Amino acid sequence: MKEDKIFHPRANKYLRTEMLPTAFCPGCGCGTVLNGFLQALDELKLDPKELVFVTGIGCSSWIPSPYFKGDTLHTTHGRPIAFATGVKVMKPDMKVIVIAGDGDIAGIGGNHLIHAARRNIDISVFMVNNWNYGMTGGQVSPTTPFGVRTGTTPYGSAEHQLEAAEVVAAAGANYVARWTTYHVFPMVKAMQEALRVKGFSFVEIIAQCPVSYGKMVKMRRGSDFLKLYKEKSVKVEKARQMSDEELEGKIVVGKLKERKRTEFVSTLRQINERFRQELAN
Amino acid sequence: MGDEAAAYGALYAGCNFFAGYPITPASEIAEVMARELPRSDGYYVQMEDEISSISAIIGAVWAGGKAMTATSGPGFSLMQENIGYAIMTETPCVLVNVQRSGPSTGQATKPAQGDVLQARWGTHGDHEIIALSPSSVQETFSLTIEAFNLSEKYRTLVILLMDGEIGHLRENITFPPLEEITLQERKTGPADAPSFGGAAVPPMSTFGQGRFVHVTGSTHKENGMRDVSTQSVHQELVTRLCGKIRDARGEIWRIEEDYMPGAKVGVLTYGATARPAKGAVLEARRQGTAVDFLRLISIWPFPEEAVRKLADRVDVILVPEMNLGQISREVERFTSKPVLPISRIGGVIHRVEEIKDEIIANG
Repeated sequence: MKEDKIFHPRANKYLRTEMLPTAFCPGCGCGTVLNGFLQALDELKLDPKELVFVTGIGCSSWIPSPYFKGDTLHTTHGRPIAFATGVKVMKPDMKVIVIAGDGDIAGIGGNHLIHAARRNIDISVFMVNNWNYGMTGGQVSPTTPFGVRTGTTPYGSAEHQLEAAEVVAAAGANYVARWTTYHVFPMVKAMQEALRVKGFSFVEIIAQCPVSYGKMVKMRRGSDFLKLYKEKSVKVEKARQMSDEELEGKIVVGKLKERKRTEFVSTLRQINERFRQELAN
Repeated sequence: MGDEAAAYGALYAGCNFFAGYPITPASEIAEVMARELPRSDGYYVQMEDEISSISAIIGAVWAGGKAMTATSGPGFSLMQENIGYAIMTETPCVLVNVQRSGPSTGQATKPAQGDVLQARWGTHGDHEIIALSPSSVQETFSLTIEAFNLSEKYRTLVILLMDGEIGHLRENITFPPLEEITLQERKTGPADAPSFGGAAVPPMSTFGQGRFVHVTGSTHKENGMRDVSTQSVHQELVTRLCGKIRDARGEIWRIEEDYMPGAKVGVLTYGATARPAKGAVLEARRQGTAVDFLRLISIWPFPEEAVRKLADRVDVILVPEMNLGQISREVERFTSKPVLPISRIGGVIHRVEEIKDEIIANG
């Protein structure tokens, strides 16, 4: 009986508990991200009535939709940031949060990511990067490591990985970080920093997909990936002292960028305020 | 010009959000909105493409706004997926398509009416659509307001299907006093009223009301939660979405008819083409040929009743249009009498003479 289930008070506050358990595969990193995000919200004491979740198509879009309480716009593939732009302009006092995968954010929606970062609109984007299109069974994505065999790269991928976080930093976002599901507490802290920042914030979370991706690289347990993340991760401070060759195959983690550029919607509001004052005079 | 009239019509309708991407011959709509919206505490956002433009307006509507985007053929093609999203999520909003000559880049600066069937069937899956087609600058203004009203009344995306000829046509227009404009309010309901069922057009809860609204383009239950595996949920949802427009088509249809006794030939037309067509009808009558005139103002849902009535009156229906025969095919569905398209493509509008000659030849 569902109603007999007892949830953590944190879950009762932020989750649509009637939708639990989640649909995630065993060992999936989305559970870690969900849990970490729950902690991030609770520690910041955010009111779920002030949250808007905008998601796309893919496994990680299911983290907020349907599991989190909050107004939710589950959009078409690749477009959550574009939908979120309209939401934020009309509801600047709400926290607009996009949680979606590497396919959505870096692949089909890559252009929206770049331009939202350039506008520096006050949206938080958490990109859950599992290095493949997992929901469709494991095809190469823009973040798949070079040479990996997937459903659509049967002879090994000839493409290089997109370093999405570095792209977003270059595009003008006010906050950019990257962590993995091995680094749970830094990840939660980065989520909180992102939610507090005024301007475009982006946290890339490398998260394991032991089912679709794991079957292709013969890493079938979630823990296989956590070990890999631990071994391959390099703190950004150290990475800055390393050559490109030394960084090949490494995961650079930490806070990649923090700046204080003017935020987009507040600038639009200032323009409107100018007209209001002109009318009043 | 017609583009400016569409922008002002939107402003009169209370539009407070516009997202768009420049494209000939629709850019002037964006320019007017960019200039005027901040003055009325609205917002213009120039997006990175047309896909994000329609995405942003849908987001803005769920955040409580009244929103519009405007484009032309290439952008209209890019918007098709999210037209379906707006239909599926019952998002009231307006899309202006100032049609230009295609396919592809075609003749970018030249008018056409080649997107008529794309407007009907461009997005995937079963759906109904509302599309209005103005024939003058003044009518562009009033139909834009009507497009907003219909979008709110039926909670759906409405297409203002202009053509480049009307978009760039310069005519004097009169702005009616604000108090003479009737606006359709958004249908709202109590917190526990389902936003996605329970009525042909359910009340709409928007973001920020503390209602935890769940909006998805996936098949969903009345409360908005996803259910993509139950056959009856999908059937009920899509049948209702189609039915709410199909069943109200009598209220949505807008036509102009000008019939005369003894007419053996009828002219059926719309948009910019209606102007030379009307001239041809008047000229043919002056020369002694009895001819009926029917102008479709609402293209979709297709005014089939008016078409049947015309078909009952005459022996042949002429359909001048700026494509290779799109609406004429639709007309054929409602009559067994001959339907003769008078097609003109290449970016040049019909001449009165050529339509008149066809009327007289068939009258």
